[in-house]
Amino acid sequence: MIPALVVIGYLAVVLCIGIFGGRSGENQDAEGYFLAGRRIGPVVFLLSLFGTNMTAFSILGASGHAFANGIVTYGLMASSSALIIPLGIFVIGTRLWALGKRHGFMTPVQMFRDRWECGHIGTVIFAVQAVLLVPYIVIAVMGGGTTLRAVSGGLVPYWLGGAVVSMVVMGYVFFGGMRGTAWVNTFQTILFLSFGAIAVVVIARGMGGFSRAMEELLASPSTSALLTRERVSPLYFFSYTFIPLSSLAFPHIGIFCLTAKRLSHFRRTVVLYPMCMLAIWLPSVFLGVAANSALDLPTIRTKVEARATLARQGPTLTPDRRAELRAAASGDDVILKLVEGYAPLWLASLLGAAVMAAVMASDSQILALSTMFTEDVFAFYGGQSRFGPAVQVQTGRLFVILLTIAAYAIALTAPQSIFDIASQYAFAGYSALSPLLVAALFWKKSTKWGALAVAVWTAAAVLGVAVLQSVVPAPPPGAAVTVWAAGGVDVVTRIAAGTTVFGLLPVVPMTIGSAILMYIVSLATRASIPGSATLAKYEV
Amino acid sequence: MVLVTLVTALIYVLHQDFWFWRSARPLVFGFLPIGLAYHAFYTVGVSLLMLYLVRRHWPSHLE
Repeated sequence: MIPALVVIGYLAVVLCIGIFGGRSGENQDAEGYFLAGRRIGPVVFLLSLFGTNMTAFSILGASGHAFANGIVTYGLMASSSALIIPLGIFVIGTRLWALGKRHGFMTPVQMFRDRWECGHIGTVIFAVQAVLLVPYIVIAVMGGGTTLRAVSGGLVPYWLGGAVVSMVVMGYVFFGGMRGTAWVNTFQTILFLSFGAIAVVVIARGMGGFSRAMEELLASPSTSALLTRERVSPLYFFSYTFIPLSSLAFPHIGIFCLTAKRLSHFRRTVVLYPMCMLAIWLPSVFLGVAANSALDLPTIRTKVEARATLARQGPTLTPDRRAELRAAASGDDVILKLVEGYAPLWLASLLGAAVMAAVMASDSQILALSTMFTEDVFAFYGGQSRFGPAVQVQTGRLFVILLTIAAYAIALTAPQSIFDIASQYAFAGYSALSPLLVAALFWKKSTKWGALAVAVWTAAAVLGVAVLQSVVPAPPPGAAVTVWAAGGVDVVTRIAAGTTVFGLLPVVPMTIGSAILMYIVSLATRASIPGSATLAKYEV
Repeated sequence: MVLVTLVTALIYVLHQDFWFWRSARPLVFGFLPIGLAYHAFYTVGVSLLMLYLVRRHWPSHLE
């Protein structure tokens, strides 16, 4: 119970930082509340931007995925993100910042509306972005529930843990706005980076050294493959390099790029971002893999046995029994179990708080959605001119409350693991939206109809994947169900972790389809190319 | 600029390291499987690429 109390104390500290860090006269107007007055300094910019991307997905999801799938997890998400994300910040983020500064944009949709001289098409893009961002917020609530349940030894139930985390995040976003959120993210990133290193050392000692753990895994035929990538195909691995494209299109990242005081603040972020990825993901993935040899811990042994049963008897089990075993084998809390099993109580408590720091990164997404709603809908349709800027900020705060309640309700009923939800819906959808940004910034011949085609295609594709996966249940790990074959070639296949198209994740055809649609539809609607005055604004 | 683009593209291709696909050994530093160690060093290499980009090709005209 002591670790749970420490985590709850930590949540109180975070709440105070968020609320008092955000207390400023500048929070009275929209730019002050939503963008911290565009005055965030270089250190807070780096740590907060990284903290924004470092979610439940990167800690609990990564170690859970590595626990079941091995070292491949790092290559799938971390090293590809370490290249694509800073490159995107360098090429796209800096331009977004410059355009936002010059023309006063506060959201990507404001820029799209201006760039393509459109109104309601911007609303469609807003709707698609909003729907796709919700799963990303949901995983934070799920992570909060999982963490508090784990550190309290089950005394704090999942629903209560999720509720506590939701309330804390909602509290400091509501009162602190972007300034409070940035300070909380900075504090959380420092905390996690500090205690993450201690966790690795302590767990290594507890396990009798990592060398011994690796040799044990290599000696067993059932676990040796976890130290290679032989269980995934090169095509599947390649698919994952498309996922980080989502970071360029995520509104909370785009909006955060607008908060920097100076362009030079991006320099340190671009260079150090890959190293931050390394510092967080390498220990998370490695510990997730190493956990397979921690069979002296009963909770981990139970998970390993459930996974083995699933692999051995999967096809003969009833769907309910299979779902039960899948839940029992889930590794989302495996890093917490290692800490609980090998760290002294005081350290386990602090590490529980550090994990919670990463889990609570949904604040930026909630604030971004609130910014988008008030700017792209409320202000665009006359709300600001009719009711004034103070009411606009209050509307944003009300939206924060409603969104938090909705995310919490979904988190209580969502059955899939954290990793799957994030990658299949939010990440894939936003990757498919990335051609919007590229076309807006770099292709003069792009038109609003091309943009609409991308938005509609993305929504339809995500919906299609979701429907398919609800109609065709996931097979046991290692098995595959052919959904559609043509000419003896498997086109669409259902696998345990989702769906593949020609052996690739859906994100690949979705993103390529978006880019092709933007190109073809824009060429077909050349008459809608904006005037030279508008295009001149984007020649930066 | 062409050279920088080519180097960046090469780094992207190097992510697909099929040569360590089925190998766990050698264990780098005695505990890190070679496939994981490769991607850890790859990440450091990416950071160096970013350092070069920032120093030589920074879009200061945007300020």
